[in-house]
Amino acid sequence: MNLRAIAAIFRFEMSRTFRTLGQSVVSPVLTTSLYFVVFGAAIGSRIQEVEGVSYGAFIVPGLIMLTVLQQAISNASFGIYFPKFVGTIYELLSAPVSFLEVTAGYVLAAATKALMIGLIILATSFFFVDLNIAHPVWMVAFLVLTCLSFALFGFIIGIWAQNFEQLQMVPLLAVTPLVFLGGAFYSISMLPPAWQTVSLFNPVVYLISGFRWSFLGLADVPVGWSLLAITAFLIACLATVAWIFRSGWRLRP
Amino acid sequence: MARTILEIRDLEKVYDGGFTALHAVSLDIREGEIFALLGPNGAGKTTLIGTICGLVQPSGGRVTVAGHDTATEYRAARSLIGLVPQEVNLEPFEKVINTVRFSRGLFGKPRNEALIEHVLRQLSLWDKRDSQIRALSGGMKRRVLIAKALAHEPRILFLDEPTAGVDVELRRDMWEVVRGLKEDGVTIILTTHYIEEAEAMADRVGVITRGRLLLVEDKDALMSRLGRKELVIELREPLKAVPDELAGHGLEVLGDGRLLFTYDTQAERTGITRLLAAVQASGLHLRDVETRTSSLEEIFVGLVTEENGADQSGEAAP
Ligand SMILES: Nc1ncnc2c1ncn2[C@@H]1O[C@H](COP(=O)(O)OP(=O)(O)OP(=O)(O)O)[C@@H](O)[C@H]1O
Ligand SMILES: [Mg+2]
Repeated sequence: MNLRAIAAIFRFEMSRTFRTLGQSVVSPVLTTSLYFVVFGAAIGSRIQEVEGVSYGAFIVPGLIMLTVLQQAISNASFGIYFPKFVGTIYELLSAPVSFLEVTAGYVLAAATKALMIGLIILATSFFFVDLNIAHPVWMVAFLVLTCLSFALFGFIIGIWAQNFEQLQMVPLLAVTPLVFLGGAFYSISMLPPAWQTVSLFNPVVYLISGFRWSFLGLADVPVGWSLLAITAFLIACLATVAWIFRSGWRLRP
Repeated sequence: MARTILEIRDLEKVYDGGFTALHAVSLDIREGEIFALLGPNGAGKTTLIGTICGLVQPSGGRVTVAGHDTATEYRAARSLIGLVPQEVNLEPFEKVINTVRFSRGLFGKPRNEALIEHVLRQLSLWDKRDSQIRALSGGMKRRVLIAKALAHEPRILFLDEPTAGVDVELRRDMWEVVRGLKEDGVTIILTTHYIEEAEAMADRVGVITRGRLLLVEDKDALMSRLGRKELVIELREPLKAVPDELAGHGLEVLGDGRLLFTYDTQAERTGITRLLAAVQASGLHLRDVETRTSSLEEIFVGLVTEENGADQSGEAAP
């Protein structure tokens, strides 16, 4: 295992993050605050309570998930797309490193940044709502697992993408709708039965439900399922990455 | 003779779409030599380097680096190799020293700031170490690429057209760096379009065109071929055969009736004086005399056009 290579990639990526720290933190914090104002204050004043919890507190886990998913995917996809775009990928391909090390370096860096932003948003939300976290350890575990698995997913998108449009396409066309339909702002139980069944095919439902359970002790689906779903997703992504590096798909002509 | 450090056997590359860029190339590189790979645009030089270094998936054949197969023992093989690509592939916003440090880390080597400083100084980049790469000139960027490759102390260094777009002075500096590396025992494989460069640097020269290695020869042997000059003598009357008076000088008659005399400029006696004296003594009237050099360039262009025939698509080297 070439641990130094992982550290080198991680450090290099994090230095990019810190170089642009202002914009990478300000924008998600601002967006989230807007959500709190619009959904929490304006709409929340009419909805008041969902399953016995104030609407403001109810949407916190979903909001964090929304941002963390977007961040993890876009950081990791950009992280590996950029070397392809400027040509520095030659160095990764000619170095004595395995797919595991390259992936670990980029994914850990992207996940770390997403995690940082997730925690900053969590801190921000304390300004808007009264929150107590029912299962803090599980909360962190879900957050970390989500950051890692979606950073991996983003990494795959970055390798797959052949231009900037493709790079933006998946997060925009698939991930954001899935999060919005995944119960970020409502409970699945508020939907008509038919739509509840459809929702069960949305993987993000399991994520948000598990995460919300760690905050509020409420879940749309059993927590075990949530854990299982996210672990399965992680493994599927890992397998895909392993295959990509073995076959050289989109990397080696 | 030095041992073989890089062994290429029947290496083939067929790109998606069916274009064959390498036709069963075999080549042995000796430890510590400077090998120059010459060839016109599109000959397959970059492809050859890419398949060795892991950038291009080979379609057939085998490459070993110090006995390590590049496919099955890629870690051992690649850790010995440094690559300076043809294109200036660098992250524009990164600082020079960080990108050089990154290369060392990526190859699994422990931090060594003294070495990084040495490499940057050697390439006259030390003063620019904290500059962003986008703020460097083209020649400096090229040297950053070299610094990145040297940062992990390779035993074999591939330089894919290191002096393209580099001015004459800098080119000489770079040659100095390369010679210094050779002194440290680094094996160097460089590609170039400049025959002058191969002449100045290489121990051996290989000529590749259309994915085939046409010739691999010691530069000295090539140079002695190169050292030959031709003297063409035109007489008032075109000749059909060498006149008896001039027999024994090794003359040939050209198609247009002129005489061709080939001599070695490096030899003690070229035989020109003797020949011209004989011409005068024979009473033949000289009309014109012309000398020509058969340069490596000519040999090279000759080989390449011979191989490519009439449907030559790439341009020949300058
Ligand atoms: N990714 C690719 N897909 C398809 N064909 C390619 C690819 N890369 C190179 N080729 C083709 O392979 C041939 C050899 O290209 P290569 O880059 O190895 O040439 P070269 O000798 O390095 O030329 P130059 O002196 O211009 O750098 C060319 O005909 C080129 O068009
Ligand atoms: Mg080339």
